[in-house]
Amino acid sequence: MKNLSFLIVGVFFGIVMAKSEAVSWFRIHEMFRFESFHMYGIIGTAVVLGAISMFVMKKAGIKTLSGSLVTYNPLKLNIKRHILAGSIFGLGWALVGCCPGPMYVLLGSGYTIMLLIIGGALLGTFTYALVMKYLPH
Amino acid sequence: MGLSINASSFWEFISQPWHWAVSGAAIALVLALMTWMGRSFGVSTTFKAFCSAAGGNKVSDFFKMDLKDELWRIAFVVGGMIGGYIATNFLSSPDPVAISQSTVEHLSSIGIAYPESDAKGIGFVPTSLLNYESLKGILLAVGGGFLVGFGARYGDGCTSGHAISGLSHMQLPSLITVIGFFIGGLLMTHFIFPFLVGL
Repeated sequence: MKNLSFLIVGVFFGIVMAKSEAVSWFRIHEMFRFESFHMYGIIGTAVVLGAISMFVMKKAGIKTLSGSLVTYNPLKLNIKRHILAGSIFGLGWALVGCCPGPMYVLLGSGYTIMLLIIGGALLGTFTYALVMKYLPH
Repeated sequence: MGLSINASSFWEFISQPWHWAVSGAAIALVLALMTWMGRSFGVSTTFKAFCSAAGGNKVSDFFKMDLKDELWRIAFVVGGMIGGYIATNFLSSPDPVAISQSTVEHLSSIGIAYPESDAKGIGFVPTSLLNYESLKGILLAVGGGFLVGFGARYGDGCTSGHAISGLSHMQLPSLITVIGFFIGGLLMTHFIFPFLVGL
């Protein structure tokens, strides 16, 4: 039942991502060329409204459905790691034009090429586990 | 009556591409809903869960995890696929993605046609570039996916976890990671991609 509610939120997310064109390779390419405000508008609006809602939920002490307060588990600050990891991700994001969420949405949209891209992402995840001890964390 | 709702014009209305502000607000709503439901908004951990389920837990302790505790996340991305299916088959806009003219001209100068004469005609993915038909198309798809998967796990999150959730929680590590997304993205788009296309 609980998982069903996450599935329903996922359906909404998928429709939003497709209708906002945030799943489009062309929108991502355009964003990295600074030739449209569209993607910046989406991410900017989401972050501003997201920050307000997280702030309100924490301030008002709103309990989640599991009965706990809203918290965030922070990552240990390591600038080298964040820059390096982010850059590797960004190289891939700009090449395939989609981040993990849109990969699933586009697969549902009928782009079977996403099977290869998700396969590559699984390979990358697996490789990370093999080499993580050599990377700065 | 001004208040009467015409079903077919409503359908036409939501089938247009959505304004960025509507989309941004809807994503913030997804974040708030998932937070209220007691979970964080993050997609890339599904890759870790799939690796673990495929036997990765026998290879690396990194994949030792309670998969039952990840079912909600799998349900979320399955929902995402259904949402993509619904949007494309029932709410599809007849016009391809309206990117800026300068991007269209740039792409045509490096040999990528736009609007893409895609199977679905919605122009979300340049199938002339990422496809099963050529070795290059396969390698670009797998290689790009590899970088996304590797970077997301090394950075402990992707766009949803850092750019949306992390920034909304005012996290400095997330901000630096997002700066990294742009360093990599700009390098790819402006320097590496034109070279790869020419291969």
